[in-house]
Amino acid sequence: MGTITIDGQAIPFQDGQTLIEAATEAGVYIPHLCHNPEFKPHGSCKLCSVKVNGRVCSACTFPAAEGQEVLNDTDELNEARRMITEMLFVEGNHFCAYCEKSGDCQLQAVGYFLKMTGPRFSYFYPRREVDASHRDILLDRDRCIFCELCVRASRDVDGKNLFAIAGRGIRNHLIVNSASGELEDSGMAVTDKAAHVCPVGAILIKRQAYKVPIGSRTYDERSISEVSLSAEAPVVAAKHD
Amino acid sequence: MTEKLKVATVSLAGCFGCHMSFLDIDERILDLTAVAEFDRSPFTDIKHCGPCDLGLIEGGLCNSENVHTLREFRRACKLLVAVGACAINGNIPALRNPIPLKECLEESYVHGMGIENPQIPNDPELPLLLNQVRPIHEVVKVDYFLPGCPPSADAIWKFLTDLIAGREPSLPYPLIRYD
Repeated sequence: MGTITIDGQAIPFQDGQTLIEAATEAGVYIPHLCHNPEFKPHGSCKLCSVKVNGRVCSACTFPAAEGQEVLNDTDELNEARRMITEMLFVEGNHFCAYCEKSGDCQLQAVGYFLKMTGPRFSYFYPRREVDASHRDILLDRDRCIFCELCVRASRDVDGKNLFAIAGRGIRNHLIVNSASGELEDSGMAVTDKAAHVCPVGAILIKRQAYKVPIGSRTYDERSISEVSLSAEAPVVAAKHD
Repeated sequence: MTEKLKVATVSLAGCFGCHMSFLDIDERILDLTAVAEFDRSPFTDIKHCGPCDLGLIEGGLCNSENVHTLREFRRACKLLVAVGACAINGNIPALRNPIPLKECLEESYVHGMGIENPQIPNDPELPLLLNQVRPIHEVVKVDYFLPGCPPSADAIWKFLTDLIAGREPSLPYPLIRYD
């Protein structure tokens, strides 16, 4: 047990908690995409970058310690986060207008939260393969942001180890652990945890598209700061109860 | 009275949906025309852009004529706005980007169903297609982005009224949408 401050506000923490866990439990939102409190932290998207005693750290991996002075909701950090979000958009093929995840997508919702209107960068339009082989699950690599949540879920929860990231830089891509490399031969089931953790529209359950009308989708009315805290605070609390 | 704000609009590689959404401001257009007038625009059918305060660009760049028109707008307009998803990220027209241009043209004009006398159009009056559809900020400086497919009439209205009032345009949460 101890206390840190985030933007001047005193925040208690439990021993062993990361900064983002302490913040989430106290009702302070720190933007994030690769972090999900149900899984081991990955620390790759850098959206949760905060300043701890003057140094930039990833809140999802950095342990909370007595007396830390953390800056989170500052113009400088939000500008850096907006730039990271823009880079994620130009590095993949993210076309919200015809994506069935639109309205429920965390990447899009983070863009809204950070008031991203357009990118300052050029688009890569990388060529990424779609895998529609599976009866119930669609894998559209165009939208993958390499958060490895499916990798972690499949390995640590489903015990199937079906996914990995291969390649480097702009050739990064999600690969499937099956003889053909296709999802239908992987033994993935629609009930697997890995089928339900994708924060974007890369792994989708088929035949669910557009069932929820515009206006009723997750982030139509509520900002990701609100949705994220209400979903994740109980998960964090359950870890030490 | 003071001189009216001059506004020009154009649809490049777009579907005119953003212009339709603009017209969805409905009777508010009367308030707008009290303080602004349209120069080059599908609303006026004026073919070339005079000096303007504001240029609204719908659509991305799919051919040489789009690039030419965009540059005319940039030269003529003090402020240039990328309106809608196509101008910002290429959107639906950019679906062809992973496919080589030759294959796209052959699919439409040579191998497609029911084609007589198959040939790829090459009349010199036709603007040449770009290899890929690109967003406009990759070719000219863009001052503001107004996202949406299309941006809602309320988003367009809020953006314009902010600019006209001399405020930095700022959209509240429900008006920033990428779809």
